[in-house]
Amino acid sequence: MDVKYINPFMSSIRNVFQTMLSLDVTFGKPGIKTDAHASHDVSGVIGLSGDVDGVVVSGPRLSAVRIASTFAGVNLSEVDDDFPDAIGGLANMISGNAKKDLGGLKVFISPPSVVVGASHQIKSTKIIPRLVIPRSTLAGSFVVEVGMRVVNRPAELLVATAAEAI
Amino acid sequence: MKIMLVDDSRTIRNIEKNTLAQLGYTDTVEAGDGVEALSLISNSMPHLFLVDWNMPNMDGLTLVKNIRVKNQAVPIIMVTTEAEKARVVEAIKAGVNNYVVKPFTADTLGGKIKQTLEKVSVPA
Repeated sequence: MDVKYINPFMSSIRNVFQTMLSLDVTFGKPGIKTDAHASHDVSGVIGLSGDVDGVVVSGPRLSAVRIASTFAGVNLSEVDDDFPDAIGGLANMISGNAKKDLGGLKVFISPPSVVVGASHQIKSTKIIPRLVIPRSTLAGSFVVEVGMRVVNRPAELLVATAAEAI
Repeated sequence: MKIMLVDDSRTIRNIEKNTLAQLGYTDTVEAGDGVEALSLISNSMPHLFLVDWNMPNMDGLTLVKNIRVKNQAVPIIMVTTEAEKARVVEAIKAGVNNYVVKPFTADTLGGKIKQTLEKVSVPA
């Protein structure tokens, strides 16, 4: 996966958390994850399609409850119906906000799916490796995993790539 | 004034509802997708719509087109993560009056609602 596509996600994470939760975000060192597993307690999963083929997985840990509560403006627990809704809403907002800055790629995002369960794994049939972005806020720490593969390159991107190669 | 909030996320609808309450608008009706919204407005047309774009069953753009077949005047604000210029143009062509990109602050959403209602002269 081209690392230049990660910056839009980092900007989006910061924007969403500052705007909707009034929380500053500190990023840890991103790393490449080569297996197809995510081991977390709560995950928000967004499918990407169009010029890209892949998924974005937001995998918060126990701090997800505090983050979801801050986002929703009410105290939530993992068993509340509104808990996965809030996590899905956040994942959707982060992905949607990032896709406008993906260098002219035409990207469509699916409605979010949310998985809740201790130490679960999210497996992808075709998209590896994933870039893992650790992040922390006053409400807790968690990670975002982005696995994305460009399948159609717009003409302007091909020109830019060719120019870089010369 | 009745305002319909159409978004598949209950959390987002609650955030919108709280913002509207701060502005003095407490008469709201909610729908989780375009199909539910169309069903609800078959009996009574609200005075303002806040419509998400990406939703299951029927997306916001299709909903807007359907509303415009029934009513050309009712103000519609698209509230969405879709931020590309082409998408905004597409929504305006479909008939939306204003556009709010998620994430939004309460001030941003409130300002767009006020602006929209002033333009179309809907009584508070």
